[in-house]
Amino acid sequence: MTTPAEAVPEVRKDGSQHKQKQMIADHFSRLARAPRTGDKCVYTFVPGNLTELLLSFDLLPVLPEINALQSGMRGKSREYISLAEKQGHSEDVCTYVKCDLGMMKSGNVGPTGEKIPDPDLLLLSYTGCFTFMKWFEILRQEYGAPVAMLHVPYQGDGEITAAMRDYVVEQLRRNVIPALERVSGKSYDEDRLSELLARSARAEDDLVWVLESAKNRPSPIDAYFGGVYYIGPIFTAFRGTDEAIDYYRELRAEVEQRLADGRGPLAPDGEIEERFRLVVEGPPNWTSFREFWRMFADEGAVVVASSYTKVGGVYDTGFRHDPARPLESLADYCMGCYTNLNLPRRVELLSRYVVDYGADGLLVNSVKSCNSFSAGQLMILREVENRTGAPGGFIESDLVDPRYFAASNIKNRLESYLQMIDQKRQAGGTA
Amino acid sequence: MTGELELVVAEAEELFRDLRLGAVRRWKEETGGLAVGYMPIYVPLELFHAQGVMPVGIFGGGDQLEIIRGDAYYQSYICHIPRSTIELGLNGAFDCLDGMVFPAICDVIRNLSGMWKLQFPDRLVRYLDVPQNFDPEVGGRFYRAELESLAAELAARGAASYDASRLRESIAVYNELRGRVRDLYDLRRREPWKVPTHELYVLLRASVVQPVEASIRLLDRYREAALAADERRPMDQARVLVTGSFCEQPPLGLIRTLERSGCYVVDDDFVQIHRWMECDLPTGGDPLASLVDAFLADSVASPVRYIGEETKGRALLERVERSGAEGVLFCAPSFCDPALLDQPMIVAAVEAAGIPWTAFKYAENNGQFQVIREQAGTFSDSIKLWSD
Repeated sequence: MTTPAEAVPEVRKDGSQHKQKQMIADHFSRLARAPRTGDKCVYTFVPGNLTELLLSFDLLPVLPEINALQSGMRGKSREYISLAEKQGHSEDVCTYVKCDLGMMKSGNVGPTGEKIPDPDLLLLSYTGCFTFMKWFEILRQEYGAPVAMLHVPYQGDGEITAAMRDYVVEQLRRNVIPALERVSGKSYDEDRLSELLARSARAEDDLVWVLESAKNRPSPIDAYFGGVYYIGPIFTAFRGTDEAIDYYRELRAEVEQRLADGRGPLAPDGEIEERFRLVVEGPPNWTSFREFWRMFADEGAVVVASSYTKVGGVYDTGFRHDPARPLESLADYCMGCYTNLNLPRRVELLSRYVVDYGADGLLVNSVKSCNSFSAGQLMILREVENRTGAPGGFIESDLVDPRYFAASNIKNRLESYLQMIDQKRQAGGTA
Repeated sequence: MTGELELVVAEAEELFRDLRLGAVRRWKEETGGLAVGYMPIYVPLELFHAQGVMPVGIFGGGDQLEIIRGDAYYQSYICHIPRSTIELGLNGAFDCLDGMVFPAICDVIRNLSGMWKLQFPDRLVRYLDVPQNFDPEVGGRFYRAELESLAAELAARGAASYDASRLRESIAVYNELRGRVRDLYDLRRREPWKVPTHELYVLLRASVVQPVEASIRLLDRYREAALAADERRPMDQARVLVTGSFCEQPPLGLIRTLERSGCYVVDDDFVQIHRWMECDLPTGGDPLASLVDAFLADSVASPVRYIGEETKGRALLERVERSGAEGVLFCAPSFCDPALLDQPMIVAAVEAAGIPWTAFKYAENNGQFQVIREQAGTFSDSIKLWSD
């Protein structure tokens, strides 16, 4: 008879993962203590987040998307979504929103088992996703908290114009900063903001190095399943902090060592022996994250580049937060996030990944919840195929609604796709 | 129906059903001008007109179009209008359009702008970002820059250059159109039996695919004929406001079904573009500033527009009051993020005000309405039987 401890295989993790887990736990503990310590909480979104600006006012960021994905990973999202749907939210709309609402209605208990405090401010950074605007309109009704709106223009023509930048900077000056001053009781300190941005840039350098390490064969990292851990600190509450600098330095050292040893990425069940190199477009599924990763790992499929790891900032095309022009730099950051790029730019980026990372093909994981990502993905797939000659694959799931994760269907499609790549290789094709 | 009324409605319906945009093709042959399509909700029609460009409303393929290639562009969980629009683009129906403008409606329409760029690289393709910040010094300045850039882009494609006096004239022309539409909505509110919604709807659809001057004449003829239609007598129907159908439009059959099931539609958000501004625009002064100011201050409270400090649902309650509606029908397209994410907030306001409501979804190509007929009929009966 096996004990429960023997039945569950041990999950293998790098040191940086343990460090990140501790950073997140500390952050949630600080949030839980906020009603007693008097810390103020600002709810905001990952794409276009203004973490350095919040930290310059000593405000604590809360990211409902992250809460939702963690609810998905903890197996809580089904009941949360069901609760929101019972309260009249359509089955057709984003499950992050419904998961967040269900979590709120269930006591707003975060991943560490402690209650997340209500928002003192809703910072609606409306970047690359229409749903964000509705989401915070709903939360405003639920919490009665004030909203600071930052409308980030879309790169419809694939570029950032001076008028777009001025628009964002003016909103920061006239709307966002005064709202942060009101909620924090502190004055805006541009020098402090610049210091934080300088720290961000250092962490960003190491993140980019880590992501680009996947150009090696074998790749020492998985830039999708592993990548979601790598982007964790910089996409959430830690950009601009010394902790983030330390985390990325440690992560880089780990990856350097892995590279020197000629080792592949570490998946939960062990190291992956690389047989296929893929670029993945679209967010992952969170409710069956490990099972999803295992489908790839079992086949030796390593993701060498992904668009999801650019959703909170595209750094590998050269952008860095710039302490010399703090607000302009924040504006450029917001406008440069992946889902704020138009489709031709997305096609260019993905095609470049396929070529630069020597990938066998582009695989789209199309999630039902996210029209910002999903609308147009079939065309993206064909365009990238045409431009690179590498074959495309397509699977469907959802972010946090387990009803839309059909494991056998996804596995079948993935295996067929990888078999096709194999056959093309044997036939001397480009894959 | 009297002869003239029948004639006008038939004329409008022919324009509405002509997916190959015959009136646009004729206008281009006659004038040699540019024609530019736009997706629903709002674009500054006056600016196109002032530069000699015919703006053409593209509202999808409705229930008349078999989707062959469009479905290869979209997953099953995305609404219907982009797939029929791309189908029409691919099958040559839009050959007469020199470009397309995609206003900021939602992520699907936004991404369609990029797909159009990839699919039709030689055409003018413009994503029109409208401000969600309504401070004239911030959002106003941004929107003005957007309009100036749009005007320059049209001119670069062969349209007349921007000219303030011509824009003032165009604003006056569109004020006339807005006035005619407002009048018909008022008449329908007062005497809904005189202006059935399925007729008003085809008139509105016709008004976006022909020159504005022709639309004004058509609306005038309709109004005169409708007023004279004494044989149209009131019936014991429930007065309802229909909301949620601002982008992908319901099939005409659905509108007819609502009316046949015992509802008088006394307000709606179909083809909202001529009612997007709640007032006429000034015809003097700086006309670009007039367009900007009107957008910032006088636009309707659409789900695609950020509602800041205002209470969600307040605008709808005012419309219920103004129209004398006895109930609200939430009638949204499947998978429509703006409508469906907004709906629970608006429902809360409607419920708090004690107004009866019901909700259903549709797709533009639906052909079966029995379930909706039963639902709307029961709703209408319950209002007639049980409301105060």
